[in-house]
Order: sequence, then structure tokens, then C-alpha cells
Amino acid sequence: MKKLRFLLEKEFKQIFRDKSIVAMIFVLPIMQLGILPIAMDFEVKQVNIVIIDNDHSPLSSKLINKIGASGYFKLLAYEPSFRQGLEYLKSSEADIVLEIPNSFEKNLIKENAAKVNLTVDAINGTKSSMGSSYLTSVIADFNNNIQIFQNKNIVQPVIINIENSTWFNPYANYSWFIVPGILAFLLTIFAGSISATNIVREKEMGTIEQINVSPIKKWQFLLGKLIPFWVMGMIILTIGLLVGIIFYKIRPIGSIPMMYALSGIYLIALLGFGLFIATISNNQLQAMFISFFFIMIFALMSGLFTSIESMPEWARIISHSLPITYFIKALRMIILKGSSFADIQYIFVILIGYAIGLNGLAILNYRKTT
Amino acid sequence: MKQFLAFITKEFYHVFRDKKTLLILFGIPLMQITLFGFALTSEVKNADIIVIDNAKDDDSEKLINKLRASTYFTIYEKQIGYNAIEKEFKKGQIKAAIIIPPKFNNDLIKGKKSQIQILTDGTEPNVAKMLVQYITAITMDYQREINATNSPMMMIIPEIRMLYNEEGNGSINFVPGVMALVLMIVCTALTSVAVVREKELGTMEALLVSPFKPIGVLLAKALPYLVLSFVNLNFILLLAVFVMKVPMQGSILLFFFFSMIFIATSLSMGLLISNITDSQQVALLLSMIGMMLPTIVFSGFIFPLENMPKFFQWFSYIVPARWYYTGVKSIMLKGLDIHYIWKEMVALSMMGTFFLTIAISKFKIRLA
Amino acid sequence: MNITEANITNNNGLLSKEEKEPVIICKDLTKKFGDFVAVDHITFEVNKGEIFGFLGANGAGKTTAMRMLSGLIYPTSGQASVAGFDVYHKQEKIKKNIGYMSQRFSLYDNLSPLENITFYGGVYGVPRKEIKERSRLLIEQLGLQNEANKLVASLPLGWKQKLAFSVAIFHEPKIVFLDEPTGGVDPITRRQFWDMIYEAASRGITIFVTTHYMDEAEYCNRITIMVDGKIEALDTPGNLKRIYNENSINDVFYKLARKATREE
Repeated sequence: MKKLRFLLEKEFKQIFRDKSIVAMIFVLPIMQLGILPIAMDFEVKQVNIVIIDNDHSPLSSKLINKIGASGYFKLLAYEPSFRQGLEYLKSSEADIVLEIPNSFEKNLIKENAAKVNLTVDAINGTKSSMGSSYLTSVIADFNNNIQIFQNKNIVQPVIINIENSTWFNPYANYSWFIVPGILAFLLTIFAGSISATNIVREKEMGTIEQINVSPIKKWQFLLGKLIPFWVMGMIILTIGLLVGIIFYKIRPIGSIPMMYALSGIYLIALLGFGLFIATISNNQLQAMFISFFFIMIFALMSGLFTSIESMPEWARIISHSLPITYFIKALRMIILKGSSFADIQYIFVILIGYAIGLNGLAILNYRKTT
Repeated sequence: MKQFLAFITKEFYHVFRDKKTLLILFGIPLMQITLFGFALTSEVKNADIIVIDNAKDDDSEKLINKLRASTYFTIYEKQIGYNAIEKEFKKGQIKAAIIIPPKFNNDLIKGKKSQIQILTDGTEPNVAKMLVQYITAITMDYQREINATNSPMMMIIPEIRMLYNEEGNGSINFVPGVMALVLMIVCTALTSVAVVREKELGTMEALLVSPFKPIGVLLAKALPYLVLSFVNLNFILLLAVFVMKVPMQGSILLFFFFSMIFIATSLSMGLLISNITDSQQVALLLSMIGMMLPTIVFSGFIFPLENMPKFFQWFSYIVPARWYYTGVKSIMLKGLDIHYIWKEMVALSMMGTFFLTIAISKFKIRLA
Repeated sequence: MNITEANITNNNGLLSKEEKEPVIICKDLTKKFGDFVAVDHITFEVNKGEIFGFLGANGAGKTTAMRMLSGLIYPTSGQASVAGFDVYHKQEKIKKNIGYMSQRFSLYDNLSPLENITFYGGVYGVPRKEIKERSRLLIEQLGLQNEANKLVASLPLGWKQKLAFSVAIFHEPKIVFLDEPTGGVDPITRRQFWDMIYEAASRGITIFVTTHYMDEAEYCNRITIMVDGKIEALDTPGNLKRIYNENSINDVFYKLARKATREE
């Protein structure tokens, strides 16, 4: 235990001596957390639409007015032909082209049915599906109304009203979703890359040999590396929570000690992951590439941005084998929903498993004698 | 000129001898594009929802079956009361709950009117909104079915055509985005250590006293990576078209030409980083960790740029991956020709030239 | 300089029988890297308090032999024990009893001399109070009072090497392994360095040193000349000169090393 104190003293001195790295470690997360969530909003707010009205009838203009008044759509332009409308899709200015055929009103009155053509830029899945379903529901609504316009009401139609309410985030504020996620991700980047490069640097400088030839125990050396970064990680977490409260008004509802306990365990797991990478790479370039590879997977497959349930089966398996997936989930649950320990105890168990497993791997794989 | 060729040859040897880095250069982009291309999708599928059926009659049964048939949801088959919903949300078991009132069928027949309630978990606002939209659409559909059997009704029927993606391939949007992201970071990282490594190893002086101009030295450093990236690009394209089933609607020649401009721009950015940093650690932190989130956010492949505040929209113009992403979408998915992507080409070329010029001028200062 | 000369005459092969107490025993020790035999069946003993020199061209296997003895790498075959502990199973016990100074400079650049001493002292279990007292003394002896709190990176190489040696023996090990400790250092500093080595040896610390400076070889009690992983000669410098009928160790070395087929 005494030896560990000497190790810690040395690590803290070395870390805090390099002011530029310290600044980078603390300032980068705050900046990224303070700025990026503002830009991260994939709610479909407005769908750009181009209309080709070949009918020019009272009904067609009523429909167009209805679309314009719905609030979902921005009427970008009226074009005389479909070919000209298509140009807007090509240049990505518009998302939907609505074409009303020339016998629209006539068909509707004579045959009780008329077609309109929607051409949707389907490259962006969210936008195309939201856009076309907004438009279909506007048209469905219009359908209900035209009966009344035309006084053709024979039997009163059945109506099912839908009332919806959003819990835990009544204004469906997107930053509530993204800020805890980004905080978790920044902790991951920090813990996963810093501990890896730090040890590899000792390898490159040759000082690790001096350690290997000393009677220090492997676990002492690794613990000496882990503790300072753990402390820094907890500081980043605290700063991040403050940024969330001050900038985004996200006040954690759940138990704060529980959140810290969970984060502490997660940090141990991720630092162990970094230490493990360090034991398998020879230089900083390699260590960085390996951690980059995993961090990208963490970023895109952990449910940070997109929902895990929508992924194919095999991808869900990968996703559920990443510790960050559980951490993000639990952090959102505690901060936004106030979930209790009973709700997330299985996440505690899983993360403790990762912490033991990854650090165990690092200790096993680190050889003082080769 | 002969000397210069010898110098370039040396750089090639240097790059090709490092087998591990080569493996990384080819392995990372291919693996990541496959993984993310398949895994990322903007749709919401298989969301767990629960239905609290207080009516248990014909109509409610039919509506639930309609919901069950949809691939958007997985109905969580469990009987719980209204008060237990919050608990399920807190456990993270369900994303939405649908509550059907008692006498649903009765109300519809007698009162011609009924009301169902949807509760969603707002901690994932996007999923919540999509679910409400889907459930509404299915319910509307059901309502129309009932009415259609009751009496003929005037009906406008929208015929929807999904342009550029008729099969509704959910990942089609992400493949070009991930290509932009991965190519950019790997290319930048590779050249970002090229010069700084020589600084660290102390072999820089040999270069400084050599008769080559800075531009020669830097080009010789970048050339092997340009060649490698070209080979890499071939693999990536094959992967995208044959494995990910992303169509190649436009000209392959244009695709390669455009991609090489982007690669050259990324390599120049790496050279710039290499010239302004003093250690590999800082260079790598900057080019990989520092650039990852901004590239993900500002290339627009996950978050629509138009939703961002104006300032961020302007900012996105200086992110090379943004231009590449739009350009590749236009070529591959829309099959457009050069008239539609000249803006992207000019923007990327300008950025590349800019990065390279600064890199060279920073290099000169060190020569003096 | 007086101490140095006195020590040479005192120690040169004059250890009496009862003082002979082997602390390093090495028999047929071999290390292979794939097909390459870096160290080929070497056998020798080193006695307590001895200054034992290991000579050889670059790539002769000196460093590999030293790394096996200090418990950094496993031998392929053969036996060896250091300070009474087997190199296969008791490396961690060995590590408690030795000091080690590698070819590459091994102190932390971004710590001060005092912090380096404290750290390494602590790692070897020297009590904090003792570290405090002795490190102040050591800094004075090295004449580093003004640099004690500056970063090691700013020190000249010679001082760094002397500091690294002091750190390597700070915990009073039984044996200290020095791998080309004076590489790149000026002659005066090298002389001072050897004074420090003699001082340590006189306290009973066994010195195991590799070098390719032939004049330094003359300072050793006994030397081993390694060629292509094998021990070609092992004796006192005086005896070697006599046997090979040469005037200096330098000439002896050239005579033997000419046979080398291996390149770096």
C-alpha cells in the first residue's frame, strides 16, 4: 500500500505538470458538451414541398391551403410540370413533390375517389417517412372534411380520437435525450484513450522497463495509473452535470449518489479497457488506432444517436455487448426518469462484471517478464 | 528529379514495410463501413410497446391485431394496470403504452366516437414522436376501414413513390455518411503523424538540409498514402455496392474523381496538423478524437443540418466530410452528373489547397 | 582519482578464497528469438562485491544476457540464479535484490531529480523518512542543489547518467546491472562515474556492467568477452592480456572479435 502511494504521487505530478494536456482534458469535454447538443437535433421540423397543380380547381386549392396551414410543410414553389418539380429533389432543396392530376375534382365528385401523386426523396429515411405520413394524415383529415363541404353526408362517419402525452420530457426536448448521452460518450473517449496512450508512452520512452525490473506488483502499477484518471473522470462527470444543469436546465431527478456510484464503476471498466489496449500495442499510433476503432463503434452502435431496437438482430447483439450501451441507458434513466436502484440493478451487475473482466485482462496480459 | 524519385521511393518503402499500419488502413474502413452501414437506421423498428386493453371487445381486438402485424412494434405481452405503466417506463422495458377505453366497441357503434390514449417515454423524443405517428396512422387506417364498410365516402388516395430508394433500405443514407467519416479520419490520421514522427525521432534535420523544396517533401510524404487510399476506395466501393446494396446510379469515373479530391483534401489536413504539432500524441488526439464528434455532427448524415442554428449551418461549410457526403449521395443514389456537384468539388479543392498551402508555409518557417 | 587507483590494486584478482561468495550463477544460459540464437550457452559465476564487466560488439548478446539475469525476459534454456533466486520462477524475488540501469535513459523526464529519487526509492520500499534524509545528501554529493527541483529533461546527459546510477543503487541492492551506462558521455564524467561504481562496490554491492569502451574494461575485476552470443574469454584484465599476449584489452578484444560473423 505504501508503494501505491509513491506511484500515485508520481502519476498526479506528471499529469498535472503538463498544463496543455490538462487543459485539453477538461476544456474539450465542456466545450463539446456545451456546444454540440445544440446542433444535434434530428426531429423533423419542417418538410419542404413543391406542388404541381394540374387541376386548378377549387378543391385542389383547398387541399393546397390545408397543407400549407398544417404547419408541417413549407411550400417551396409551384411548378407547372413534374419535370421541373423533380429538379428540386435532385438538388435536395425539396423533400416531397406533390402532383395533383388535371381531373382531380371531376374524379372526386363523379367516382368518389381521386388520386394525387407524392414523390418523396427517400434517401433520408426519417424525413421521407415522417414527411409522407404527415402528408397522408393531412389528406386523411381533408377526406373527413370534404364530406361536409359537399353536403354528401349520408351516414355519420366513425371517429377515433387519439390523445397522446409524452412522459418525463413533456416538451419532447431533444437536448434532454442527447446531453446525458454525450456526457457518457465524452467520459468514454477520455477513459478509453488517455490510459492507453499514457502507458504506451512509457513503453516508447523506455521507463516501463525500469518499472518491470523493480519489485512493483503488476496490480500496483496498473492501479497507480487507474486511480488518477478515475479521479479526473469523476471531475469531468461533475463538470458535465453542471453544464447540463446550467446550459440545458437538465436537473437529475434520480439519486445522485447512485449515479456517481454507477459512473465510478463504469470508469473503472473503461480505464481497464484502455489499459488492456496499452498492453497489446507497441506504439502510440497503434494504440490510438485501436481505441479509435472501438470508440467509433461505441459512438454509433450504443444507442447514443439511433435506437438500438431498430438495428438488425446481429447488430443488437454487438450493441448489447458494449458496456457504454448500458451506461448511457442507465444514465438517461437516472437523470431523466428518476429510476430506482431496483430498476437498474442488473446494469450495476453487468458493469461490475466488465470492470473486473477488463482490468483482469489488463493485469493478465501485462507481463513484467516476457 | 532523379533524387526526388529516390526520395519518393524511400517514402513508399517506409509505408509498405509497416504491415500493422497497412492492416489498419484497410481493415478499419472496411469493417466500420460494414458494421455501421448495416446497423444504423433512422427508422424505428421493433419498439417495445404495451397495450392496456380495457375493452376486450371485437374492435379493440382488431386494432391490436393491426398493431401486432406492424414491424414497427413488438407488443409486450403482459397484463398490467394503468398504475404500473410508470414502473415499466422506469425500468426501460417499454417505449410507449396504448390505452383502449372500456366499451370501445360500444362507443364506436352508438356514439360514433371513441378515444384512445398513447403514452410515450419522452427521454427518447425522436422515437416517441415516430411511435405516435405510426400508431396514429394505423388507427386512422382502421377508422377508414370501419367507415368504408358503413357507407361510401369521398376519398383522396395518395400514391406514394419513394424516389432513389424504392425498397426503403434504411441504411442507404448512412453508407455515404460513414464513408465520409471513416475516410476522412483515417486519411487525416495517417499523414498527421508523417512529419511529426520525424520531428520526434530527430530525423527531421536530414530532411531540412536536403535539396528538396517543402512542397516536394510534403508531397512525397502524402503520395504513398494517396495511392493506398485509392486502392482502399476500390474496396470500399465494392463493399458498398455488392454487400450493402447501395446502388451506383451515376458515373463511376466521376465517383472516383470526386473521391480522390476528398482524399487529397483529408491528407492535406493531416499534413497541416503534422506541421503545427510537436508530438505524435497531440497530433493523433487532434486528428482522431478531436475530429470524430464534429465530423459526425456536422456532416449532416445523422442530424439534419437545416435544424441547426444558423451559426452551425455556416460552420458545417468548413467541414470537408459534409461536402463529400452530399456529393456522394448525388452521384451514387441520385445518379446526377457533374452539373449538380461542381459546388462540392470546388469547395473541397479549395479547402485542400488551403490546408496544403498553410502546411507548406509552416514547414518553411522551420526551415529558416 | 586516488580512490580509483587504490581500488584497482586492491581488488584485482585478490579476493581470498573465503570471501568468494557467488551471487550470480549462470550455467549454459541460452536465449533464442525464433531461429536466432542471441545468447548461446553461457556459463560463469560472479562473486559478491565484484565488478564484473561484459564486453562485446553491438549485437553480441550482452544486453539480452543482462535482461535474462535481471528477470525481464525468460531464458530459452540453461540455468541461472541471481542473489540465490532462480531466474525462471523467482524473478520477482530477484527484482527486490537488484538495481538496474538500462541503455536507454530511464528516469522520468518530466519529474525533478528529487521526485525521481523519491519515486524509485518508494517503489523499492525504502521508508519515506529515510528517502527524505538520504536524497538530500545524495543531491549534495552529486552537486545538484540548484537543479534539485528542475525537470530532469533540462539536465546535461552526464548528470542524468550519474543521477540514474544513484537512483539504481539508492535502495542498496545486492547487485546492480548497468547496461552501457556511460554511452555518449565525456571522458571526465566517465571517470567520475567509475569513481561512483567503485564507491558502491566498496560497500559490497556487486556490479555487473556491459560496455564497449575498452579503457573501462580495464577497471573491472574480471571481464567476459562475448562474440556472437558465446563467451570467448573470461578472466581478469591482467590475465587476459597475458594469455593473448597483447598490451591492452583493446587488442585482446580485436583479436577475438574478428571472428564475429554476426552483424548488428
